Amino acid sequence: MESQVTQPGSLSHSMLKGGRSNRRAFKDKAAQIGVTIGGTMVFVALLLIFFYLLYVIKPIFDRASVTPVKSVSYQHGDVPTLMVGADEQNEVLYRVALDGQVDFYTVADGSLLSSFTPPLPAGVSVTSAAIAAPSEQRFAMGLSNGQALVVGLEFGLSYPNSQRLITPKLVYPAGETPITVDSAGSAIHKLTFTYSSDKMSFAYQDDNGAWRLARLEGQENMMTETVEWVSTTSQIQDAPKKVSHELMTPDQRQLMLQTGNKIFVYNIAEANSIDLLQVIDVERAKAQVNNVALLAGASSLLVSYDTGIVTQYFQVNGPKGRLYQEIRQFDDLPPINSIASEFYRKSFATVSPEGELTLLYTTSHRELFDEKFDLKNPGKMGFTPRSNGIVVEADKKLHIFSVENTHPEVSWSAMWDKVWYEGYPEPQYVWQSTSGSDDFEAKLSLMPLAYGTMKAAFYAMLFAVPLAIAGAIYTAYFMSPKVRGLVKPTIEIMEALPTVILGFLAGLWLAPLIEEHLPGILILLILLPTSILASAYGWSQLPAIWKQRLPEVYQELMLIPVVCFVGWFSFAISPAIEVALFDGNTREFITNELGITFDQRNALVVGIAMGFAVIPTIFSIAEDAIFSVPRHLSNGSLALGATPWQTLTRVVLLTASPGIFSAIMMGLGRAVGETMIVLMATGNTAIMEWSVFEGMRTLAANIAVEMPESAIGSSHYRVLFLAAFVLFIFTFFFNTIAEVVRQRLRERYSSL
Amino acid sequence: MGKWVKSGSPWIWMTGGAVSISLIAVLGLLLLIAWRGLSYFWPATVYQWELEDNTGVRSTLIGEIYDREEVPTERLIAAGHVFKQPQGEFVSRYLVKTGNREFVGLDFRWILGTDILSRTTPSDVAMIERTKNGNFYGYPVAVIENGKRLDLVNDAIESSLMDHIERAVALADKAVDLQKQDIGSINYAIEKLRLQERRYELDGELTDSNKAELAAKKAQLQKEYLVLEKALFALRDDAARDSVIVRDMRGKDVELKLDTVLDVTYVNHLTFIDKVGKWFVGIGRFVSDDPREANTEGGVFPAIFGTVFMVMLMAVIVTPFGVVAAVYLHEYAKKGPITKMIRIAVINLAGVPSIVYGVFGLGFFVYVMGGSIDQLFYAEALPSPTFGSPGVIWSALTLAILTLPVVIVSTEEGLSRIPSAVRQGSLALGATKAETLWRIVLPMASPAIMTGLILAVARAAGEVAPLMLVGVVKLAPTLPLDLNFPFVHLERKFMHLGFHIYDVGFQSPNVEAARPLVYATSFLLVSVIVALNLTAISVRNHLREKYRSLEH
Repeated sequence: MESQVTQPGSLSHSMLKGGRSNRRAFKDKAAQIGVTIGGTMVFVALLLIFFYLLYVIKPIFDRASVTPVKSVSYQHGDVPTLMVGADEQNEVLYRVALDGQVDFYTVADGSLLSSFTPPLPAGVSVTSAAIAAPSEQRFAMGLSNGQALVVGLEFGLSYPNSQRLITPKLVYPAGETPITVDSAGSAIHKLTFTYSSDKMSFAYQDDNGAWRLARLEGQENMMTETVEWVSTTSQIQDAPKKVSHELMTPDQRQLMLQTGNKIFVYNIAEANSIDLLQVIDVERAKAQVNNVALLAGASSLLVSYDTGIVTQYFQVNGPKGRLYQEIRQFDDLPPINSIASEFYRKSFATVSPEGELTLLYTTSHRELFDEKFDLKNPGKMGFTPRSNGIVVEADKKLHIFSVENTHPEVSWSAMWDKVWYEGYPEPQYVWQSTSGSDDFEAKLSLMPLAYGTMKAAFYAMLFAVPLAIAGAIYTAYFMSPKVRGLVKPTIEIMEALPTVILGFLAGLWLAPLIEEHLPGILILLILLPTSILASAYGWSQLPAIWKQRLPEVYQELMLIPVVCFVGWFSFAISPAIEVALFDGNTREFITNELGITFDQRNALVVGIAMGFAVIPTIFSIAEDAIFSVPRHLSNGSLALGATPWQTLTRVVLLTASPGIFSAIMMGLGRAVGETMIVLMATGNTAIMEWSVFEGMRTLAANIAVEMPESAIGSSHYRVLFLAAFVLFIFTFFFNTIAEVVRQRLRERYSSL
Repeated sequence: MGKWVKSGSPWIWMTGGAVSISLIAVLGLLLLIAWRGLSYFWPATVYQWELEDNTGVRSTLIGEIYDREEVPTERLIAAGHVFKQPQGEFVSRYLVKTGNREFVGLDFRWILGTDILSRTTPSDVAMIERTKNGNFYGYPVAVIENGKRLDLVNDAIESSLMDHIERAVALADKAVDLQKQDIGSINYAIEKLRLQERRYELDGELTDSNKAELAAKKAQLQKEYLVLEKALFALRDDAARDSVIVRDMRGKDVELKLDTVLDVTYVNHLTFIDKVGKWFVGIGRFVSDDPREANTEGGVFPAIFGTVFMVMLMAVIVTPFGVVAAVYLHEYAKKGPITKMIRIAVINLAGVPSIVYGVFGLGFFVYVMGGSIDQLFYAEALPSPTFGSPGVIWSALTLAILTLPVVIVSTEEGLSRIPSAVRQGSLALGATKAETLWRIVLPMASPAIMTGLILAVARAAGEVAPLMLVGVVKLAPTLPLDLNFPFVHLERKFMHLGFHIYDVGFQSPNVEAARPLVYATSFLLVSVIVALNLTAISVRNHLREKYRSLEH
């Protein structure tokens, strides 16, 4: 790189004078500027990779933002509120009062859009009301005559004159006439309910304080195509009388009654045989339970306390069956007045009596947002359907806030620590990015992938490093120049071999071969070194006349037939050994007798295939390093009476060791990022086992599999970018170390 | 012995063993691919077996031997197989390709050596290649021309069948040409009209006269289309005129329409020379035909075309940028720690996993750049993306970035090998720096640039992982190059040899049948890449020699 020549400025200037010289000078300058700009642009473009990846990743670590949009004063304020919310576009707000009156307001100007009162029979009053899961936008009223009415909110969309028009209305999924729930005609108190198109459940307290359950199952009449409801009622024995919160899961299997510091969970799957499933003790020192809510998906129970604690419970399989268990707790929140959970994701919001609004996410255990707003003594709260808004009722007003909360499920700890997911028996590292259902809890732990990457790289290096380094030593130090000139390019050509071909061979040829000949592989491992040593000893014992007859140049290649024969022999006797030692089927022997899981496409196959891909990288760099150790060093050592092997280990290898280290780093970098081989030669299951007989899923293969299917801008997409970024940084780091070491070494050699 | 160990000689031999193993691995791998890939085209003997299984049921089987293995008898007994006579330690088992997929369910069958009563190689058995359902094995017994059974015997059947097949194939080829070229361009023109209308609509220029003009054009095209369609159906019907009756291994006569038949081979009475001829024909078809049956049969022409096209596009992009960057780094940039850092960073970029480039390409090129291009120039086609979805241009760009370090490093090496005396001489004679560069330095460095380019091309041709994100597909309906204006369609998706291997080997429904084809594709790819690399190596060596002489 010393050949750069700078032009002596003054001289050239004078020489450029004359007729066409101006144009030449201009061209010269233009070329300089052009090349400089072009060159810089190329490097900027390469830098762009780094920054673009960062740019895509950054939003997943951003906090949520909540901004007030509008406050609307509501009417009918003397009756307490049952629920509040908005439509999908956040354009219409609604408030449902405890007496069943529903008022809709437009956000734009705060005016009352429409108001509905559900039709009730004459002389009947509402004694209690209940809301369903947030995503259903539905509530029910218990009446004084033992009847109940289910009411749903609907927003009709129409486009007159290309303008969006939202027309809210009430629908009555179970019919406009109230359904008889209590056949004795007692008033319905403390109602909780669930409705689905063919099944309804109502749990309530009657006038005597007894808890009852009414289950109505619908059957479609074939002739009239109307649904006929068949009712089953039963009393829940020994239920607490003084209940502050009552909840029913949307699958109509569980009823939860909270009284004081206890939550009674009943199994109501069968209406006529209700049993107490569990009593959850939710007592906290110096704290009172003030709210109980279900998280989206209704697998988790959130219990909030007045001192600012929220605890998550869900059912975990244990020795005594599936019982609710405390999973995680959010501490140090402001005191909690009310709590609301999102429609589909595991986010929820709390608000304090002073108006401090907090957004939290359970899986990632993240506090996404916390700020105090001008809300006096807030009451009910509800998310909007697209989770981009939140409606809070406070001080006779409805306050709508816009919420920007795009990636709550990702946090540093959710990606790299064990997380306790809903339905799992214990905290685990899990990668499961997609599922069919809406309220799926994304499991984005990068740990199993990083683990798989390390595992694949480890086995590949285990295979490649000894072979490549030993090969490099021999080629550089012992081989005659003529043979070296052939051998080196041959091994290096393997570096150019497309990895897709190696992967294909590994998956479809090597994997079945190894599965069939497991004992053969074992024998090969033992027999190969012994046979090489034996032939070496044999050679040393050979009479001198024989040695002279064989050409010395090709002495090295004498081992090739030996290795070929040993390879063939091991595989040939493999079935016989299988019959003799492993009952004729090694695979079953391993699975049944040793209890080890055996996948056909396992780490052994990947190790060998990826080892092949890495050998040329390591071999080439290490060979260069050893070969360029100055000859006078080794000659000096030999002249002092050291054997070639002593010279090699004490002088040459020591001098070249940084180069060998750099070679291994380069190889590691390549093994970590290799995609096609692992994609094709493993089962791509994200497991965390070191077993050589099981597969893995690596970061790179995971990107290749999932990237084409991930939605742009989703958390999944960004986490995949993060995986790519991790790979980028990792390989860049190792390569830089290797390159710096190599350059240092080159300088040292030139000074020797 | 002790002395021998002390001398270190065993260790030297062990290192020698490592070289041997590596060599065997490389050569063995190449030979394996070559053998499996090339033997795919060799016409295999068709056998007829008489079988009797352990329950005493007799059957006939016609097919090719695909694989054979020795199975421990114990394993078979453990799996529930009952032998009538006690067997030795091993039983041989054959994998037979029986074809006739629509009648036997599985076109591959394992048969046990102990079940075989007899094996013959009947000379009048034929292997019929078809466009659907794979090969058919059986005895052709009659040819039906236009519904009439021709009165033929033995050899006459063979020659008549060949003639009829030739005729049907020629007609079918014509039909395909018609469908792809003429009908294809009409469809393309109709789609263009639809987009034109949408553009008028977006620009607010959709007047009645415009509308009428477009409608008239469209009607004209529709009319042309109907004519062509009629011709197409006529051709197809004509091709389906004849059929052949074949007796299959169940002893039943099956009628095969000739429009689905591609070729017939009486394998068992081919001479060696004939077989060699067939072998070459097979290779020729493989590289020039379109794939059939979800890529598991037929040729790989679109994949070859896609690979070459994409790589050439990449080469066009990467060369100027790589050379300019290298020239800047070596000739213009001030020497210092920053230049050194840039150099190390560039070298390191060559080691960054290719999938990372794929992710970058998808995010930046496809979604950001492609999305913006769509917004600006192809608004009429939205919401269906034109450039905003993976395509051949984005693949070429992604691979250009991926291979940029290779070109930069190689070019810089070439520049640094040019003795400074040459440059100084040029400057001393009054040339400017730009002139020196253009007339002296770059021509001298051109072999190095070529080397870098060849290495880049070799790397790009074998890279699959990033392409899976930015443009490669299992089956592209059209090539990125055709006779419709503007002739080069850079936004189209394309097929690629490497992805073809992955897809057919791992995603196809009938992996067993497709495996030889994958070997053949692998061999093709490997030979191209090895050839490119050997060229690069020889160019590099030649170059070194040349400048070595210059230095003295």
